[in-house]
Amino acid sequence: MTDYEVVIGLETHIQLNTTTKIFCSCKADSWDDEPNTNICPVCTGLPGVLPVLNKAVVEKGVLLAKAMHSEIRTLSFFDRKNYFYPDLPKGYQISQYDLSLGKGGYLDIPMPDGSQRRVRIEKLHLEEDAGKTKNVGNRRFIDFNRCGVPLIEMVTAPDIRSADEAAQYLLRLRQLLRWLGISEADMEKGHLRCDGNVSIRPKGSTELFTKTEIKNVNSIDNVRNAIEHEFARQVREVEAGNKVRAWTLDWDENKNELKKMRSKETEADYRYFREPDLLPVRLDEAWLESILKDFPELPLARRQRFMEEYQLPLYDADILTTERGLSDYFESAVKAYGGDPKRVSNYLLNDVMRMLNDEGKTAQQLKLTPQFMADILKMVDAGKINTSTGKNLLKKVEESGLAPEKIVESEGLGLVSDDSAIRDVVKKILENNPSEVSAYKEGKTTLIGWFTGQVMREMRGKADPKLAQQILKDLLDQ
Amino acid sequence: MELCDRSAHEIYQLLREKKISALEVWESSQKRIEAVDGRPGVIEPGEITGADLNTVHAFITPTPERARQQAQQVDEKLNKGEDPGLLAGVPFTTKDIFSVKNTLSTAASKILANYSAPYTATAVERLENQGAVMMGKVNLDEFTYGSSNESSAFQPSTRNPWNTERVPGGSSGGSAASVAAGEAALSLGTDTAGSIRQPAAFCGVVGVKPTYGRVSRYGLIAFASSLDCPGPVARNVTDAAIMLQSMAGPDRRDSTAAAVDVPDYLNNLQKSIKGLRIGLSPDYFRITYMNEDGELMQRDVSDEIRHSVYHAADILRDLGAEIVEDVPMPNTRYGIPAYFVISRVEAASNLHRYDGVKYGYRTHTSNVDLQTLYRKSRNEGFGLQPKLRILMGMYVSAAQYSEQYYVRALKVRSKIRSDFDTAFDPLGPYRLNALLTPTTPSTAFPMGDVYGDSVLMQYADQFTVPANHAGIPGLSLPAGLAADGLPLGVQLLGPDFSEDILFRLGKAFEDGSTGEDWRQVKPAVLRNL
Repeated sequence: MTDYEVVIGLETHIQLNTTTKIFCSCKADSWDDEPNTNICPVCTGLPGVLPVLNKAVVEKGVLLAKAMHSEIRTLSFFDRKNYFYPDLPKGYQISQYDLSLGKGGYLDIPMPDGSQRRVRIEKLHLEEDAGKTKNVGNRRFIDFNRCGVPLIEMVTAPDIRSADEAAQYLLRLRQLLRWLGISEADMEKGHLRCDGNVSIRPKGSTELFTKTEIKNVNSIDNVRNAIEHEFARQVREVEAGNKVRAWTLDWDENKNELKKMRSKETEADYRYFREPDLLPVRLDEAWLESILKDFPELPLARRQRFMEEYQLPLYDADILTTERGLSDYFESAVKAYGGDPKRVSNYLLNDVMRMLNDEGKTAQQLKLTPQFMADILKMVDAGKINTSTGKNLLKKVEESGLAPEKIVESEGLGLVSDDSAIRDVVKKILENNPSEVSAYKEGKTTLIGWFTGQVMREMRGKADPKLAQQILKDLLDQ
Repeated sequence: MELCDRSAHEIYQLLREKKISALEVWESSQKRIEAVDGRPGVIEPGEITGADLNTVHAFITPTPERARQQAQQVDEKLNKGEDPGLLAGVPFTTKDIFSVKNTLSTAASKILANYSAPYTATAVERLENQGAVMMGKVNLDEFTYGSSNESSAFQPSTRNPWNTERVPGGSSGGSAASVAAGEAALSLGTDTAGSIRQPAAFCGVVGVKPTYGRVSRYGLIAFASSLDCPGPVARNVTDAAIMLQSMAGPDRRDSTAAAVDVPDYLNNLQKSIKGLRIGLSPDYFRITYMNEDGELMQRDVSDEIRHSVYHAADILRDLGAEIVEDVPMPNTRYGIPAYFVISRVEAASNLHRYDGVKYGYRTHTSNVDLQTLYRKSRNEGFGLQPKLRILMGMYVSAAQYSEQYYVRALKVRSKIRSDFDTAFDPLGPYRLNALLTPTTPSTAFPMGDVYGDSVLMQYADQFTVPANHAGIPGLSLPAGLAADGLPLGVQLLGPDFSEDILFRLGKAFEDGSTGEDWRQVKPAVLRNL
């Protein structure tokens, strides 16, 4: 039996999170809005209107092109892609074609087994979105809200070799888009859409065989799932002596199966030509510089640096760099703290992340600032509070927004290091437990732990445990 | 002289001096329309009667009530001592290819016959902001596709006020005719290959094709987006200059509108033309066309036309201009074929939006699938000219032909541009400020003569289309009457954004020819009023 491998290329459409649409001043995001409420003569293509390019779209495109290691064209063009569809009101889509904003590029994908895959980028261009069509019975409803929403279309080379790699690519792309702040990248909301081109070949072959295109997959899990199904289907077809046909397939999430939408044996002719209503996009040096001047360190680089600079294990570094705000938070806290970065990481991974998940906040939205977190760690280190008080404090600071010192003071959470106060309690404990005292004196010195526990309980955890133990020893050994 | 025959700048002056009111001007224009225009063009005209043959039919949609209110507002402003604007009380018409809010904007096509625009084109808005009074929307070739107005879906189509057996030219035929007949002092037209200048020449009025990007295209229903230019039609150069002054300049709704300052055209008008260099080119005294065997043929323009240009040159020379002869413009002859390709690729794409889905005409056949809905709506809604242009546009932009047609036409276009660059180069061999040419190879042709033969009709644009390819400004001026009694036009072409120089030359020519007999002759439709 032949061993097959799957060859995958992904075509993604990324909705940019600009305030307004790409060619008019309508609001770009219509997720919660009624149909046809964010529209104007321009985005509905009424006779006589003209598009005017939203510069923020170019700027976000440049950020992505840079992050994808694409060559950024300082002179790029918009073109018309002509086709008829009811939700395409002009009868053409304004898109970029041969001279698009980004040329080439790649994304490196770390795989869970530690290896790394490089996925090349074949296309990176700006375009406008079309509207949405909904069929109800034999009636067709069109919502033009989405017309003119800015998109980046990005197409990979057929470099992906498994459904898992495809999922990893999307995970890393989503991370990057959010990291750059250019898209909400939420697949469920269509901010990030993915079509998969799938073909198979005998392992070892370098040929490309007929591919099918999978459309309408709205989560990363579904992309993985759909590709696995399609891989298996194609192997079955070939094993049965059939040919793979160039179909477009629709993923049905509910039935967990692929449905044939149409045959796509010939390429459509979109009659591309330069959009005469728009000027070429010229990125002069000053503009490019202003776009790129705050270009961030990218996730994988930052992950690597966290491991080297802060001696963090891969696990910690990976989680801390899932989100740019979290990684910034970590670094600020490390700086403010000055102690072992791993301690900061532990607090973040165990306690703060839970807080973020529970409340649906980002690190930047926390009232528990990196400085406050560092203050808490320092108090624990200095023995002013114990570890559990420290952890409780995280929550209290977040709820109140008050400085941790203030809370410790006002709620009396500080450890008692007053010798006489602890001595009084110790005396009382020893008086009330004569049998344990005898046992200790007869050599069962391990009871020291039990005595300490009693003192701590009596003082509701506020005694400095080291000091308490010292006093206990003093009095017991007398 | 009736108020409606006054020039825009005279009306402005008389209003300022409170000798007349804007309402009186409106009334005068309204009366003129009633006297000469006949019935407006409609989709189902019924029989064309004898009466129809003697009237102008400039209008598709007259807007008398809207105009009356605008005139009233101008009077109110004047009474309150407020500035009513550069064109206060001046009646104008708008080619029905511009969107005007809550007004039918038909493009002279059945497919848009019921379409009322929800917004106003920048050019119209700016004219109205200057107090101009819009008398209505005037006829044109369907979607501007033609040179005679006869292809309009709204019939009867416009007739030439100088001789109603003749076409007014096109596509801005309604514009030129309405201005020539005194129905309005000004009209807003568009010029894609000569569509302002050719009808202006045929109707004996002034027509300006401004530099591409000088006037915003926002609200202009597109034909060939890279060639379309909104521009003035007027009865004299001064009025055309005031009108352009009111419309020109950048527009945040049109990114191809140039961010170039608009000079004060009026202040420049009276300046001397001494030392300005004006070229004459042999390539503008013959037309090149293809015969039935596909061979390129050449034919000289008539002596009459040649003479009108040389006569204009003499007048300008007498006023101090230098005339430079034999300026080669070798690529002029390729203007029409290149235009055929480029304009049709853009037109086919621009027409995609008319699909019967969102607005405009939809087939009455019910219960059809989507593809049938498209086909039937477009087949029933578009006339012959849009269909021809769609067919050719789709053909020459198809992947397998694009290189040999569209891409090649773009190369020709840049060659035509380089002819002008050489002629106007201030350090070059010719150092021209303007090129003086005939506007058209003939006077207005008879109704019905060339309609249907769109190739022949395009040769009417041979001397005008190069300016559209190159993006440069052109000004057509009335320059006499031919033996057949029809107006002759001459054209001045200048470098980018040189409208001020062209106006100055045009005004000098007007002043220099003011005593000539033909200047006293009125269009036929006005002679028996």
